[in-house]
Amino acid sequence: MALRKPRDRRSWRALPALAVIAALLAAWWLAVIATRSAIFPTPWQVLTGAFELARDGTLWVDIGASLMRVAVGFGLAVLVAVPAGLWMGWVAGAFETLNPVFQILRPISPIAWIPIAILWFGVGNASPIFLIFMASVFPMVVQTTAGVHTIERRYLWAAENFGVSRATLFTRVVIPAVLPQIIVGMRVGLGVAWLVVVAAEMIALRSGLGYLIIDSRNAGNRYDLVIAGMAIIGLIGLSLDGIMRRLERLRIVRWRYVH
Amino acid sequence: MSTKIAVRNLGKSFDTDQGPLQVIDDVSFDVGDGEFVAIVGPSGCGKSTLLHVLAGFDQPDRGTVTIDGSAHLKPSAKGILIPQQGSVFPWLTVQENLMFGLNGQSMREKTELADHYAAIVGLKGFERSYPHELSGGMLKRAELARALVVKPEILYLDEPFSALDALMSLRVRRELRRILDEERHTVVLITHDVEEALDLSDRILVLAPRPTRIQATFKVPFSQPRKLSSPEIQELRDAVLRELGA
Repeated sequence: MALRKPRDRRSWRALPALAVIAALLAAWWLAVIATRSAIFPTPWQVLTGAFELARDGTLWVDIGASLMRVAVGFGLAVLVAVPAGLWMGWVAGAFETLNPVFQILRPISPIAWIPIAILWFGVGNASPIFLIFMASVFPMVVQTTAGVHTIERRYLWAAENFGVSRATLFTRVVIPAVLPQIIVGMRVGLGVAWLVVVAAEMIALRSGLGYLIIDSRNAGNRYDLVIAGMAIIGLIGLSLDGIMRRLERLRIVRWRYVH
Repeated sequence: MSTKIAVRNLGKSFDTDQGPLQVIDDVSFDVGDGEFVAIVGPSGCGKSTLLHVLAGFDQPDRGTVTIDGSAHLKPSAKGILIPQQGSVFPWLTVQENLMFGLNGQSMREKTELADHYAAIVGLKGFERSYPHELSGGMLKRAELARALVVKPEILYLDEPFSALDALMSLRVRRELRRILDEERHTVVLITHDVEEALDLSDRILVLAPRPTRIQATFKVPFSQPRKLSSPEIQELRDAVLRELGA
């Protein structure tokens, strides 16, 4: 008997998950029919609503606006969080000075910053970018700092033993050792950023997927578009996480995941 | 043989919740230039701490360590420590690991040296492999090659073969012995395996349980390669084991 190819096995493994999704869709459809709801749409109405949005171009504009805000806010957060985390992890004085501030700011929900963001930046793009920055910077700082703190002593000793310069120690030992943790922090940060952009667009903006949802409800209770927007947010969030997961397969960090 | 390492009245304790714990108590010994000294002792007697102090990674509370007559305070490439769990960088290839400690050569010279030492330890063809792609024995060889490539005067080996199975341990030991016959290094080996010490060393120091001190010294005056089952070596083995309380 011929052995089944790994690809086939993967397809078979996806079947239970697909079955659950199909069952949920069927239950949703039946519930709408059974309750004869005039407002809540069926999955088919959501699908046709999504096509309608795609055809008139609204969907692409809103997706582009949300992604742009996440890219800028998250990108700025990476630029700040990774060096700050490395610094705090490496220099005890920096950790002792900055960690209490980060620990106080970290538990504040990004949503709580919305009034401040509008006060400081108005209702343009700067507000959601600021909120995304605030939401994603803390998990990345914490993860990077913890990464430096948990580098195994034997690696630092080995580098010290060979008498390498501090710059070499940092670039060839500390950064590669922490990189897997940085990627974990980035995954968490990007997930939070995507959550926050939608919330921010619901309150303070006139474009983006969050705005699409709130506008669809306000302009005639178009719940088919509301749910279409939600589904698209979910799918894009999943894709963004998939992109971050691909970083874990890079050769320079694969060592962390092989045991 | 001139003295390479001189240890005098070394003492070391650690602070614990129950108060200071004396780990090393008044240890003194010399290691000659080019000599292979094995230090054996029961588990937890402070062997690794002693080696860390010798290599400069830990400071003693009292006493001195001198190398070539000068006080030894900090680790340097003059003496390379090979720790028990290994320290080959998992994010670098074998070749990159071997090139890590090289300074002052061109990239080409570094590559050639790294590949030469990879070949010496039997890792030819694995230069571009990552550590997670190697077996335990190959990893130990990579570790050894990375130490040897910087041409250290002293090798500090902390139970380097303990994680290997008996056959692999024997192979890597033979490899080490062959290299030491070609290149002159002073070696301090920490081990709990008496046969390993008898196989490799010129002298065996037996440590007492904590707080550790030198309990006995045995010369191993047999030429290499050694047949561990020979009556003389077996007799010496029994004497060492008796000192260890076995």
